[in-house]
Amino acid sequence: MSKYYLNYLDELESEALYILREVWAQFENPVILFSGGKDSILVTHLAQKAFHPAKIPFALMHVDTGHNFPETIAFRDRLIEDLGAKLIVGSVQESIDTGRVAEERGKNATRNALQITTLLDAIETHQVDCAIGGGRRDEEKARAKERFFSHRDDFGQWDPKNQRPELWNLLNGRHFEGEHFRAFPISNWTEMDVWNYILRENIAIPSLYLAHERDVVWRSDSWIPMSEHLILEPHETVERKKIRFRTLGDITITGGIESEADTLQKIVGEVAAMKQTERGNRSDDKRSESAMEDRKRQGYF
Amino acid sequence: MEIDHNQLLRFTTAGSVDDGKSTLIGRLLYDSKSIFEDQLEAVASTSQRKGHQGVDLALFTDGLRDEREQGITIDVAYRYFTTPKRKFIIADTPGHIQYTRNMVTGASTANAALILVDARHGVIEQTKRHAFIASLLQIPHLIVCVNKMDLVDHQESHYQEVIRQFEDVSSKLLTKDIRFIPISALNGDNVVHRSAHMPWYQGAPLLHVLEHLHISSDYNKIDARFPVQTVLRPQREGFIDYRGYAGRIASGIFRPGDDVVVLPSGFTSQIKTIEAGATPVAEAFAPMSVAMTLTDDIDVSRGDMIVKNNNQPRATQEFDAMLCWLDSSSARPRAKYSILHGSNAQKAMIKDVVYRIDVNTLNRDEASADLAMNTIARVSIRTTRPLMIDAYRDNRQTGSFVLVDDATHNTVAAGMIL
Repeated sequence: MSKYYLNYLDELESEALYILREVWAQFENPVILFSGGKDSILVTHLAQKAFHPAKIPFALMHVDTGHNFPETIAFRDRLIEDLGAKLIVGSVQESIDTGRVAEERGKNATRNALQITTLLDAIETHQVDCAIGGGRRDEEKARAKERFFSHRDDFGQWDPKNQRPELWNLLNGRHFEGEHFRAFPISNWTEMDVWNYILRENIAIPSLYLAHERDVVWRSDSWIPMSEHLILEPHETVERKKIRFRTLGDITITGGIESEADTLQKIVGEVAAMKQTERGNRSDDKRSESAMEDRKRQGYF
Repeated sequence: MEIDHNQLLRFTTAGSVDDGKSTLIGRLLYDSKSIFEDQLEAVASTSQRKGHQGVDLALFTDGLRDEREQGITIDVAYRYFTTPKRKFIIADTPGHIQYTRNMVTGASTANAALILVDARHGVIEQTKRHAFIASLLQIPHLIVCVNKMDLVDHQESHYQEVIRQFEDVSSKLLTKDIRFIPISALNGDNVVHRSAHMPWYQGAPLLHVLEHLHISSDYNKIDARFPVQTVLRPQREGFIDYRGYAGRIASGIFRPGDDVVVLPSGFTSQIKTIEAGATPVAEAFAPMSVAMTLTDDIDVSRGDMIVKNNNQPRATQEFDAMLCWLDSSSARPRAKYSILHGSNAQKAMIKDVVYRIDVNTLNRDEASADLAMNTIARVSIRTTRPLMIDAYRDNRQTGSFVLVDDATHNTVAAGMIL
């Protein structure tokens, strides 16, 4: 076989670098949407590579639900310092306090949908014309139809039936004032690819992804971490378990799985043998068959 | 780890509701163990609710709400699966003529195209259309899956008949590598596992073929082309004088020390360093994203192309191209559009529609010059400044472009340079 070919991880990396550089070239004020999860950490790492030896030219925007894992915030702040990058925080609590949104009620209330308003407000306030996300097409069926450069109208809405065709590697980021784009450089990566790459590049990730002892509650088929924001039902009991998280989000709805995988190597092995999708532990996606599509249409990540 | 050598293969599937395309994709995912338990449970319960027997594999490719309601694919959907040999990206595209533009989109980056033929019906108009689009987009490998063999008692004669019928089509195609596989997506025959029902078929099952297609030679290694995306100027200590040219190599091979010329300015220089990510490399080839530095301090910016002195593209303002119109509003005669070509953007005008192609019969129509959605036509283009182009048949990167309507900012057409 010819030596002039890339292995699949190098090809995915190359594609992501290309997209990040196109974002920089085509937009005035792009930011990386940073949640502290592995996908946005990966995107940030790729951005470092794309612009080396220059500094990463994007600010990091964090939509803070107020329901955070303390580990995530500590990780975020350390990373910002290392990068010398600017941090923009959009606060859901502030959106609630100023009456922009109202807190959901009921047992399964979350701040998930509330993030949409905070996100769109932050995009408008900071005049962001492109928000780079770590969304992947393998995550969910609505995301399978997402473009690398995804247009949002001046209400921040996604119109899946009226998307711009993307051919070859030609990306069209042209837009009118008030509209913005979402860019998804790791669209073609799967969960397995992300972990293999994190292992290969030895990228630092929050300790929450590694197996650790934690107080948890069994709810909606997964282990929900005990926190000040969690209101226990009468029948629920707190247990101590060795768990890890496959995705990181709002602490009140992100379920962990029982695991012994306490190194990156072990996680890769565990993910390879995994029988459930990673969003299977996210109650936000279990609400209906088109939960993600509905949120995305409104302007969700 | 073994995966270090694994390549990525992108393939497109075109087909309609009835020819079993979704079932085939579901079967590939299921038999290659790429379906998770929660996905399987969801599909199993939907199958039961709809009164289907067993698990309806086609439901794995269910997409947007509108698509589920209408039971069709509207937009390109991307699916992923991995085997110990390769990672695969499927661009699942709709087959109906109304969605030609989405087929073209899915085909533009594919290494291989799967075309489904119903063994009972043989080659139909839609088969020709799919094959033509695969050929037009220069997909190097074409695999004709003769599906529903279970409904014709697994008889070889039906398979041979499709091969015979397809000869009429292939004489009009540019595709060199065309293969035929008799399958039953429903039962899994010759998809991942060899069929016990068709001992007369000596070839490999579909997945085996996909795992072993030779794709390294699909990239152009001859004509070195490097479109500059952006210039890196760190302006920090240690890198004060650094000027790196960032981009993705479109074709060919570059090495430090190569004599190069920057187009369109014509300045010559030599490559000093090439870095991939943050790592210096001794050579760089498509599709690597790199940053290059040159030995001379010359003016280079986005839209320029760095090539080797002894092998240069055509610099021209006029060329002919095959154009697929993508937008719901038709082309306006002699209207100006923005043309995106590599990292370059200029203004362009469609000077002339030479002929239109009937995608079902492949006949030329010279009478009509109307460019409406899904029309494919040969056109003459004129640009305000020279573009550095190659013929699409030699170079899928520097031979392709899109047109953008300045009034709407929509991508309205895709072109392949002749």
